[in-house]
Amino acid sequence: MSARKREAWDGETGYNFAYLDEQTKRMIRRCILKAVAVPGYQVPFGSREMPLPYGWGTGGIQVTASIIGRDDILKVIDQGSDDTTNAVSIRAFFAKTANVATTEETSKASVIQTRHRIPEQKLRADQILVYQVPNPEPLRFLEPRETECRKVHAYSEYGVMQVKLYEDIARFGRITTAYAYPVRVNDRYIMDPSPIPKFDNPKMDNSSALQLFGAGREKRLYAIPPYTKVDSLDFEDHPFDIETWDEPCGLCGATDSFLDEIILDDQGSRMFACSDSNFCGERRAEGHTGPMTNDPATRIEEGASKNV
Amino acid sequence: MYVAVKGGEAAIENAHQLLAEERRGDPNVAELELAQIDEQLGLAVDRVMTEGSLYDRRLAALAFKQACGDVIEAVFLLRAYRTTLPRFGSTEPIDTAHMDVLRRISATFKDLPGGQVLGPTFDYTHRLIDFDLAEPSEEPPVAPLAELPVDNAMPRVNELLEVEGLLEPAAPSDGDPEPFDLTREPISFPAGRDLRLQNLARGDEGFLLALAYSTQRGFGRNHPFVGEIRMGEVAVEFVPAELGFAVEFGDITVSECQMVTQFTGSREAPPQFTQGYGLAFGFCERKTMAMALVDRALRAEEFGEAVEYPAQDEEFVLSHSDNVEAQGFVSHLKLPHYVDFQAELTLVRRLRADYEQAHRQEAAE
Repeated sequence: MSARKREAWDGETGYNFAYLDEQTKRMIRRCILKAVAVPGYQVPFGSREMPLPYGWGTGGIQVTASIIGRDDILKVIDQGSDDTTNAVSIRAFFAKTANVATTEETSKASVIQTRHRIPEQKLRADQILVYQVPNPEPLRFLEPRETECRKVHAYSEYGVMQVKLYEDIARFGRITTAYAYPVRVNDRYIMDPSPIPKFDNPKMDNSSALQLFGAGREKRLYAIPPYTKVDSLDFEDHPFDIETWDEPCGLCGATDSFLDEIILDDQGSRMFACSDSNFCGERRAEGHTGPMTNDPATRIEEGASKNV
Repeated sequence: MYVAVKGGEAAIENAHQLLAEERRGDPNVAELELAQIDEQLGLAVDRVMTEGSLYDRRLAALAFKQACGDVIEAVFLLRAYRTTLPRFGSTEPIDTAHMDVLRRISATFKDLPGGQVLGPTFDYTHRLIDFDLAEPSEEPPVAPLAELPVDNAMPRVNELLEVEGLLEPAAPSDGDPEPFDLTREPISFPAGRDLRLQNLARGDEGFLLALAYSTQRGFGRNHPFVGEIRMGEVAVEFVPAELGFAVEFGDITVSECQMVTQFTGSREAPPQFTQGYGLAFGFCERKTMAMALVDRALRAEEFGEAVEYPAQDEEFVLSHSDNVEAQGFVSHLKLPHYVDFQAELTLVRRLRADYEQAHRQEAAE
């Protein structure tokens, strides 16, 4: 838009640092403090309408906007990757509205906003992990009513969740929740970890980093303070377990990371590769190789994103 | 061939350029001006303003143009802009009893003080495509002027009924508290009527229309009559703290609907008529009617009626009426979900292996 055209719209240009006004940020920070004080409890907050759609990370964006400062270095991942379109879009949003440095390197980031994954690399005490949350209520699919769910949390009467898990085992021989696997935080609240694969659940337990969760559409915030106990729900005779794969990452050979399955052709050929693209890239840079490293089918394109 | 794709940034940029090109369409066709949208597609502007919760015809027209005519997208644009605006305070309540009426009808009385004023309406038009409109008209159409101006004294129909005590009075709550503002505070249940009305006023017209219709078909039936529908201009006044008296900002056009519903009485309340209320920016009559029906349906508990159907269920209605929230969450399914899907895939493969093993065992036995 030209300067002349812009002038026709008074006061329409120029947003505050990180988009949100300072009063809103203060309100959100107060709610975050409450969330940290009561680990796993869902704090209602005055979620604002953001210029990105609900369900596309508005909760995480509002949390990030409220805590980010000019010296922070931001990393944004979606499905473990910095290059998925929505991660690119959110990173660009903050580069534009807050002019902060961004990075793809997990170790360099001070704030990491994520959707559906926790980085493979262990996080440090000087890092904050911000989760985008679609449905903050772990009981929602057992009880659709918010009024009822809040009572269940208040009285800590979580029998309905235990029954659901038990029924899974009775019917299928195992718990059939693969992602958004419920956890109990600090021996009190049952919490939805957001739709991360259950593979990532153990990383939440006793983490050095502060973990903040933002659900914009549902207008809820919650938190896991550093070094807090986080248990994935299970039974003594059916202990919690995580996904395993029969083969390593095709590119870097990792056997301890979450792998995405990639379909190579229409004949059913497939390979597995790390979902955490930064983790995989760093391993390859260190000289690790996988069974597909020299396969002409796996061409790695280094591309357009310009980051720190 | 597997390509660990980088370059989402360039793809997004290119997609947006293509959208801009598509929005403009054939450059040989004149580009739409905002004044054309405002003047000639005014009802779309009204709806965008109403559901966008911002009275600004020019911005709403711009949002509608930017959204290529997608109303919900335009509402979203306006809402996202609205949240960034500073707040100076609240205006005085608008007084629709002193409206400059362009339309006013009542279905409950044949004639009444002030009369029935049809105004610009699609009602009673035959829905035949008007092929004359396919080409620009040579002479702009001119409507005849009435012999007499619209009566200034136009009492509200409901006030006529209230005098007799047959209609529950529309009185403020005890102490006339500040209304709730759901754009600043998260809603909780049970919600007050102020919050419900704010939610409905912003709510999606299609959703409210369907809910209202469901009450008419028996899913929460409440025998409604249109007490009054009026549309016209009302003054907006503000009391600046340094002055201490009301200053008029200007006029806005609003539509209002008051539904009257028969109520046979309960142990606490005598038989009387009860009210449902709808208000919208501009000419959004259908929206206000739907809103009034749903408002009344949501008052079921207040009148001791059984809450059995979706339109009566406050949490159901208020949680799902907002089309910006709804479209966001439905459309987010387009985002990549391959990590969750992989987790499910792994699980289904295991369940499948269990299943096949069990069947093999059965077969062996």
